[in-house]
Amino acid sequence: MSLLRVTSPHVSGQHQVSAVMRDVLFATLPGIIILTWFFGPGTLINILLGALVALITEYAVTALRGQNPRIAVSDLSILVTSTLLCIALPPYAPWWLIVLGVIMAVLLGKHVFGGLGYNPFNPAMVGYVVLLISFPVQMSSWATPRGLAEVPGLLDTLRHLFLPDTIDGVTAATPLDLLRQNTGLLFKDLIASRPELTGWGGVGWFEVNLAFLAGGAWLLYRRIFTWHAPLAMLAALGLCALIGYDGGSSESGGSALFHLFSGATMFAAFFIITDPVSSAVSNKGRLIFGALIGLLIYLIRTLGNYPDAVAFAVLILNFCAPFIDHYTQPAVYGTRSND
Amino acid sequence: MTHHDRSLNGSPLMSSPSFQQLTLNGLWKNNPALVQLLGLCPLLAVTASTVNALGLAAATLFVLIVSNTAVSVIRTIVSDTIRLPVFVMIIAAAVTVTELLMQAYSYELYQILGIFLPLITTNCIILGRADAFARKNAVPVALYDGFIMGVGFGAVLVLLGAIRELLGTGALFADMQLLFGPSAAAWRWQVFAVDYPFLVAILPPGAFLVTGCLIALKNQIDTSLERRAQAKAAAPVAGSKRVRVTGSIS
Repeated sequence: MSLLRVTSPHVSGQHQVSAVMRDVLFATLPGIIILTWFFGPGTLINILLGALVALITEYAVTALRGQNPRIAVSDLSILVTSTLLCIALPPYAPWWLIVLGVIMAVLLGKHVFGGLGYNPFNPAMVGYVVLLISFPVQMSSWATPRGLAEVPGLLDTLRHLFLPDTIDGVTAATPLDLLRQNTGLLFKDLIASRPELTGWGGVGWFEVNLAFLAGGAWLLYRRIFTWHAPLAMLAALGLCALIGYDGGSSESGGSALFHLFSGATMFAAFFIITDPVSSAVSNKGRLIFGALIGLLIYLIRTLGNYPDAVAFAVLILNFCAPFIDHYTQPAVYGTRSND
Repeated sequence: MTHHDRSLNGSPLMSSPSFQQLTLNGLWKNNPALVQLLGLCPLLAVTASTVNALGLAAATLFVLIVSNTAVSVIRTIVSDTIRLPVFVMIIAAAVTVTELLMQAYSYELYQILGIFLPLITTNCIILGRADAFARKNAVPVALYDGFIMGVGFGAVLVLLGAIRELLGTGALFADMQLLFGPSAAAWRWQVFAVDYPFLVAILPPGAFLVTGCLIALKNQIDTSLERRAQAKAAAPVAGSKRVRVTGSIS
């Protein structure tokens, strides 16, 4: 029997933290499966190792902070953080990279600020950025997709994880890297010149993005988040790409379809920027939040030097979210606006 | 200093603090870097290695001693209204001397520290100690305060530099020849081998992270010390009616 006094509306809450987190974890499955199909079991191993480290770290930190570690672990939020981070990490990354990244995400991203619900920055992206600026070489070597090279088996993956020197990793530049390194080829010719670039977002990448789009659509259907931030981000990114396409010249920033379906676009749109804690709160705020992330992703992708732009764009806008909230605060029902 | 001056400061007549108090203040209780959080700009910017930190620590220490002493010497002559420009002139003169000295004796380090040497002039610790302490105290006390505050600041600076160097390169005391002559080149101590340096420690974010951890560590030590002191103090009081109202309990 519940003795809590509550006011209306008396809606039974399905949106408990653990239920939301479970849904998010389910929604990443299609993306993880497609990633595993195209790039081998690297991502899968990343996620398992990351989850183990995340649970241990979370348990230890909450126990140290005098909280109930069992409750903290059982809300699954830490598994979402580690899973999102590990999806973003390159497959076949050395084990210490994953361990360090997850620990940084849990400590620096989450608990330094007070734990679940208090983090101003997306913890997974904090972990990612710490790794990216510390170990740029390891972080920018992505695996070669199926069809262009043999995809490693499970045994090879494990061996590579703990003894990275025993076999040569099959790494290749991602489509985004290829586009950035392009000097002098027309966009059309660049696509034709590299087998990795066939399809709309590069081999494998298009399918991966579709899978995350599907997972995200399911989350939207489940009303885990609203459409505002993802749509604004995709629209802004697409619009910027259209403007920067430059008729497909050698200076082209790439086509809109390419930007929408390559790299981490869909993953970011539906799984990263929809974090309820670190994003803007109101619907109008989320539109602005998402659109600015889309703009920044395009700018950093075309002008910057990093493998993908999502992490930096998200962190910068996380920083801006309180300001956006300040200027987009909805009027309280019944009041008149002052202006 | 006249009685009128003192009442202007809003502080009651007080005797100058003992050297022991000054030491405890500068090194721990009121540490410029960890408690007052002054001079963070150089603290964060030049502590990527031990030698840089040591160089800046020495320069700041020197300037602090000179400025505190000079301010204390002229404290009865300079009127309150123009004291700040006068103090800044003194500090700037001391910084210029330091800069020229470093240019003469450790030119490479002078180049590495770059803008952060002249910027010592604007380091809040120095003006802060001049205005808050040196102008109200006699020369020996002011001199010692400058010295111990400089040591407290420098200790944190060097510790920060050492931690970041260790995390970022796995080594300690690299490039000491910049400060101590060619024979110090052999001081470099590779603590552990690093295949892939943890770059973030050397980059600016690392400065913030390590500083935050140091401050947290200090607060943690203080809290546990306080708790222990309370436990100690609480025990004998039980059953007794005597209450201690003066002095500090340590």
